[in-house]
Amino acid sequence: MHAVGRGGTYHPYGGMTVWYALVDCNNFYASCEKVCNPALWNRPVVVLSNNDGNVIARCPLAKALGIAMGAPFHQCKETIARHHVAVFSSNYALYGDMSRRVMDTLATCAPYVEVYSIDEAFLLCDVPVAEAEDYARSIKQKVLQWTGIPVSVGMGATKTLAKLANHIAKKRTHHGVFVMAGDSYCKSLLETIDIAEVWGIGFRYARMLQSHGIYNVWQLINADDSFIKKKMTVVGLRTVYELRGIPCIGWEDIPPPKKAIVSSRSFGKPVESLHELTQAAAHYSAIAAGKLRRQHSAAGAVTVFVSTNPFKDEPQYSSSATVVLDMHTAYTPDIIAAAHAALHTIYREGYRYKKAGIMLTDIVPSQELSPTLFMHMQRYEKRHQLMQTLDSINSKYGRGTVYFASEGIARPWSMRRCYLSPRYTTHWDELPVAR
Amino acid sequence: MALHLIHCSMPSLQAPLYLTAIKAGFPSPADDYVEKTLDLHEHLIRHPAATFFVRVSGDSMAPLICHGDILVVDRALTPYSGSIVIAAVNGELTVKRLVERDGITMLVPDNESYQPIALTPEVDCTLWGVVVHIIRTVA
Repeated sequence: MHAVGRGGTYHPYGGMTVWYALVDCNNFYASCEKVCNPALWNRPVVVLSNNDGNVIARCPLAKALGIAMGAPFHQCKETIARHHVAVFSSNYALYGDMSRRVMDTLATCAPYVEVYSIDEAFLLCDVPVAEAEDYARSIKQKVLQWTGIPVSVGMGATKTLAKLANHIAKKRTHHGVFVMAGDSYCKSLLETIDIAEVWGIGFRYARMLQSHGIYNVWQLINADDSFIKKKMTVVGLRTVYELRGIPCIGWEDIPPPKKAIVSSRSFGKPVESLHELTQAAAHYSAIAAGKLRRQHSAAGAVTVFVSTNPFKDEPQYSSSATVVLDMHTAYTPDIIAAAHAALHTIYREGYRYKKAGIMLTDIVPSQELSPTLFMHMQRYEKRHQLMQTLDSINSKYGRGTVYFASEGIARPWSMRRCYLSPRYTTHWDELPVAR
Repeated sequence: MALHLIHCSMPSLQAPLYLTAIKAGFPSPADDYVEKTLDLHEHLIRHPAATFFVRVSGDSMAPLICHGDILVVDRALTPYSGSIVIAAVNGELTVKRLVERDGITMLVPDNESYQPIALTPEVDCTLWGVVVHIIRTVA
């Protein structure tokens, strides 16, 4: 056994004991809906996905009613009516602003904060082991007071342990705080945690490990290094080291470029014409290409997929097509052109399409690319500048300020959001009201 | 998308502050130097993460606070007796003065035609934030 009973880790840069805390907002979207609306504090709340399709967030009261994560809205309507559940369409303006508030508050709690997702952040902290739990509680209390959002805090010597501690905080404590160090970093606890809960151990690795008799975290920590490396590569070994309390995931580590970027939605109303589908494809292409450029990558293949509504008693069709590009690109017009070419090959007249999407694959970091013989340097530079201008305008003035004409202007296919709450914190006309 | 909209939408008054008085006929070289511009946002908001704007409805806090005013509410502050607070009472946000007298905490309306609310354990009340500024349009 390695590093059992250790507190934080001696950090090479600072020469101090450092800790990682993972702060995770509880039921973030549902919590955001409650902050400015006290009438919801004692009511079950659910938030629906784009187009009001599925339940994507539930407050604890809604969970207690047995409403499942991802459940289709139409299947829960009876429960929702019977228990007077408050239903909301996703209000991304509100969630984005509340996320900013949580992250800004966390920035006052620790010398370094790494935002990991809209509702999660890692903090670098330097408190002694004995004070870690009080510190974690103070973070929780401060975020709740300042923003109204409840969070769970997990602390450990590495990011992987902090994430695991957060899982314990959420599932096994009432106060939502857990420090995995000292007495609590021990065999009797680690034996009770399933390996599937470990950050970085996916479903397939979990199944493989189970087939070799490794079921819990204690067994994984004590697994043979060469076995892990052989079966799970150096990345898996890194996870095991992290579980042993040896930090391997640094602050400088940028997450590897995503393997695929998907931009897809269900339409608010069925779409039949090629013209409208073409606009939708261009719009999703532009979003996906923007994501691609933000992670400084380029794609080598563009996939388009379309489908009808399988829940409707009408002719069904679903298809996809992929265009392999002759060179990697992050240039929106190239991606739109590829998407249109793919769409034309799969479009069939006479169907009512419910969903379309774009997937970019074969993603590589753009610095690995050199302009090929087919594209002169000058032209490459010009394209790059155009894309940078487009992205900076859109990030300054909001997405969709500048867009390609092929994306369409009216967008009749855009999504349905029937249960949208006020944008309490981002619109003067929608502020919360006090009497 | 709207990560910083609240800052963008805040009217940001960029009024230059000149440090020397203007004298006729004898320009000071310092007059070319603008020390700083005044940003109303900076003046009104101490804790951006914890500050919310709330619209007033009704006249329970008249004459100090009027119907339609916008309140700048800071959740990072701890109220004391006499603070104007936003509280959640029975599922609604309300603006009142927090008063502690003889060991009893009350939410007191400035307008005497309204009744104070004594915060007994039976009352469902949560303090939501402290009012730090009142914004009123007069023209």
